[in-house]
Amino acid sequence: MKVKSPLEIYKLLPQTNCGECGFDTCMSFAAHILDRSAKIEDCKPLVEQAKKSKKVAEKLKKLKEMTAPEIDEVIIGKDLKIGGEEVLHRHELTFFNPTALFFDVSDIMDEKTIDERCSRVVEYKKFYVGRYLTLDGIAVRSVSNNPDKFAEVVKKVSGYGKPIVLISLNPDCIKKALDFVTNPLIYAANEENWKEMLKIAKKNKVPVVVRSKDLDMLKSLAATFKKYEVPVVLDPVTEPAGRGLQKTFERVIQIRRTAILGQDKDINCPIMVTPISAWAMKADEIAKIYWETVIASLFIVKYADIMILHSLEPHTIMPIVTLRANIYTDPRTPVQVEPGLRAINNPDRNSPVLITTNFALTYYTVESDLQSSGASGWLLVLDTGGLGVEVSVAGGQFTPEKVKQLMEETKVAEKVDHRYLVIPGLAARLQGALEDEIGWKVLVGPTDSGRLKAWLEENWPPKKEIKN
Amino acid sequence: MSKLTFEDILKLLSKYNIEELEGVEIEGDIEIEIEGLPNLQAIGMELGMAAYHLARAAMMLGFPFQQLLQPQKPIEVKQKEEELELIKKKFEPYKVEWSGYVEEVQLGATKKDGGTRDYVIKLGGEKSLPFYIFDSEQPNLPAISIDVFDRPVPLPKVVRMHYEDVMENPEDWAKKVVKEFNADAVTIHLISTDPLLDDTPVNEAVKVVEDVLQAVKCPIIVGGSGNKEKDPILLEKVAEVAEGERVLLASATLDMDWERIGRAAKEHNHVVLAWTQMDINSQRTLNRYLLKKVGLPRDSLVMDPTTAALGYGLDYAFSNMERARIAALKGDEDLAFPVSSGTTNAWGAREAWMKESPLEGDSSWGMREHRGPLWEIVTGLTLALAAVDIFMMMHPVSVAVLKELIQTLGGKKEEVECEDWIAVV
Ligand code: B12
Ligand code: SF4
Repeated sequence: MKVKSPLEIYKLLPQTNCGECGFDTCMSFAAHILDRSAKIEDCKPLVEQAKKSKKVAEKLKKLKEMTAPEIDEVIIGKDLKIGGEEVLHRHELTFFNPTALFFDVSDIMDEKTIDERCSRVVEYKKFYVGRYLTLDGIAVRSVSNNPDKFAEVVKKVSGYGKPIVLISLNPDCIKKALDFVTNPLIYAANEENWKEMLKIAKKNKVPVVVRSKDLDMLKSLAATFKKYEVPVVLDPVTEPAGRGLQKTFERVIQIRRTAILGQDKDINCPIMVTPISAWAMKADEIAKIYWETVIASLFIVKYADIMILHSLEPHTIMPIVTLRANIYTDPRTPVQVEPGLRAINNPDRNSPVLITTNFALTYYTVESDLQSSGASGWLLVLDTGGLGVEVSVAGGQFTPEKVKQLMEETKVAEKVDHRYLVIPGLAARLQGALEDEIGWKVLVGPTDSGRLKAWLEENWPPKKEIKN
Repeated sequence: MSKLTFEDILKLLSKYNIEELEGVEIEGDIEIEIEGLPNLQAIGMELGMAAYHLARAAMMLGFPFQQLLQPQKPIEVKQKEEELELIKKKFEPYKVEWSGYVEEVQLGATKKDGGTRDYVIKLGGEKSLPFYIFDSEQPNLPAISIDVFDRPVPLPKVVRMHYEDVMENPEDWAKKVVKEFNADAVTIHLISTDPLLDDTPVNEAVKVVEDVLQAVKCPIIVGGSGNKEKDPILLEKVAEVAEGERVLLASATLDMDWERIGRAAKEHNHVVLAWTQMDINSQRTLNRYLLKKVGLPRDSLVMDPTTAALGYGLDYAFSNMERARIAALKGDEDLAFPVSSGTTNAWGAREAWMKESPLEGDSSWGMREHRGPLWEIVTGLTLALAAVDIFMMMHPVSVAVLKELIQTLGGKKEEVECEDWIAVV
């Protein structure tokens, strides 16, 4: 975004502080535009007035230009956004659109393989911090170079409803396939085929990847396609190993840095990296799998907005999607959940009362462990300002006084007949002080909530109560 | 761009008594995008005249009406095809130059410098971000040390299988990691000194250090048990018995007697690892104490800003290290030191060691034989891109893969011929 101060935005707003945008003042709205938590269109009065007055329309246009992201945002399929980034380092603001992960099928794979691969892409999910991490799309590769065959496979794959990348350097293949998908990303226009590809892109209004190792050529292609308002994605070509991989790293970084710091508006486009290149190495399958994961991880950290991958082994996907989630976590907001009391698996008056913190990662780990263990319980969620157990115990946000207050607020004592509280193993040192403060017996649970199931089987109900 | 639906236009037109548009058919759900939003009142006037004026006037204003409003009898308009030409451009990479640089620190000493090592490791010396060798040369690529313990430790199965035969003997363990797993250095953790474990007396514990120095000829790192009271006493003794070897003493922290460790290092020519808990200001403070209050030379400090595993705070660890390194390159001398990472932490993540997901909703987690090493590799490589100069790791495959990547990004590899992946079957 060009603007650096909310004042520059404020100057062009209606300045009535009407509040329709959901913020109290125009100034506050401007600040939210700046950190991209609001959009110009959210100022309804401005949009309305712009329809009537040329002058306001000018302002609106200017505002949109001023606040456009540094890197173009490109849409694939219905609503998969890539690019739209503002900064080179996530701590400077945040990264916005997570690297889109596309997995390939080719038009010479048998039907069963194609179906199996597509299903894996569609079905993959890994629980992480309160949501499921998933995969984004399918890249259909023409190996046959036969337009009819390619189109047939594309038709089949599009039935899976995921965003699609069409991969062929042959314009005839692309042209034919376009009848069967909406708004795919076209891969790729290069020095040889660009004229044909540009015609196709203009006609069908689809985004295109331009491809060249030579950055002068890449920039020329990008500028040319941009001139015709074709959304552009850059592929500086991923060489999988040796000097070539180092050069790839260099190209990717130079492009992104020049786009953002050098304000080069010809190449401020999303970048594609192709870890699938690892499968072109002369190596055994295990080596290729490891190396593909390495290339993917490298470029998730450094600027790839979209990737084509091959391995659908869950042990390679999991580190990649987790890394992507980490790198694209907004560093400005501690990820936290509402504190309070949660009933897990329909607890009753004899169910255990447990406590954890409101750090999202901690909370969801514990909650989902309890859920899937089948045990029921009352889970107290302490407001530690979004810090995990060990961190908040060390830092003084997890204190007996706060636990007592939470227990009073949630009236947990009225919900159960016993007086036992289970605390995380990592909060063991609070046991004595807690007992003094709340007057309940405090049991120290396991250090990892993944072991809660076994622990509860052994320790719940507490031995003493059985004797009673 | 703002959207104006066809309905809006019709509404507008109705003000001017236009019942219907003759000779035009409207296709589909139409939205007209108007750039710069012209004054609609004005358009309305113009449009009020007659139906075909609508199309004409609108076209003048840039509406794509030909596509929207199809005459019943289509008029074939053959447009001359525009000759496409490539706009020739030159890519000029934006140049970045930094004023600061990272201190160069030597681990280990050969005979010539008063030690007994076969070779030394140099850490740091960067003048640009990691592996940005196109900005400036990177004099020393990151090194990898493998962890060795002075007593058997609980390890995930996938890691343990590689060390089962040497767990009882730290010398053999050290030899194995150097000979078989290619470690650049060995980290010997004296965890048996922990009062809650064996409470091995300091004098006895340091014998292992002497043995390991005999067993292997690479630079070594010596770690305590993490006990805040005992570690300073232990590391002081280590400094004595390893006189002149430029051992990395791990670690000094703010909540212990860092002064004692710092002084011992200074006196016996060693290097101190300054460890803080992911807080850039604490790191500055601790470094400054060691440099200013103890008088530790600048070439004898390495810092550990804490490594959190992939999925368990790696985002914090990454940004914390990246920020520290950028600050150093911008000239913050308090942070201009090589960075160490306890990458073995990755094995603490359940995704690295658990056989399968404990959650029903998850897809399979896949083979842990590969998942675990990959967890360690991805944790390490992410932090390598932030700042890390020396890794402490455990799985031999992780070490091998990360080494390969470091050599590759460091520009030490040859060209490799590869086909284009597009055609790979
Ligand atoms: C990320 C991190 C941070 C982040 C915290 C981000 C956050 N939102 O929490 C930041 C950078 C802010 C941070 C700061 C500090 N940190 Co810190 N940090 C870590 C780190 C690397 C990971 C912690 C984590 O997220 N774990 C994952 C979560 C999910 O774990 P968890 O909350 O404990 O939950 C698990 C269990 O407790 C259990 N569980 C949870 N609830 C329940 C409930 C029941 C009933 C049961 C049975 C089990 C259970 O299951 C969960 C899943 O396994 C650890 C080191 C490490 N690798 O573990 C150090 C660590 C926790 N930090 C530490 C310290 C000292 C600090 C600081 C005090 C440092 C400082 N000098 O500033 C500050 C404190 C800040 C404050 N509180 O004000 C120390 C704590 C030492 C100790 N034991 O006292 C650690 C262990 C590092 C170390 N080895 O020294 N830290
Ligand atoms: S809606 Fe527009 S005018 Fe109203 S307060 Fe928000 S920014 Fe200001």
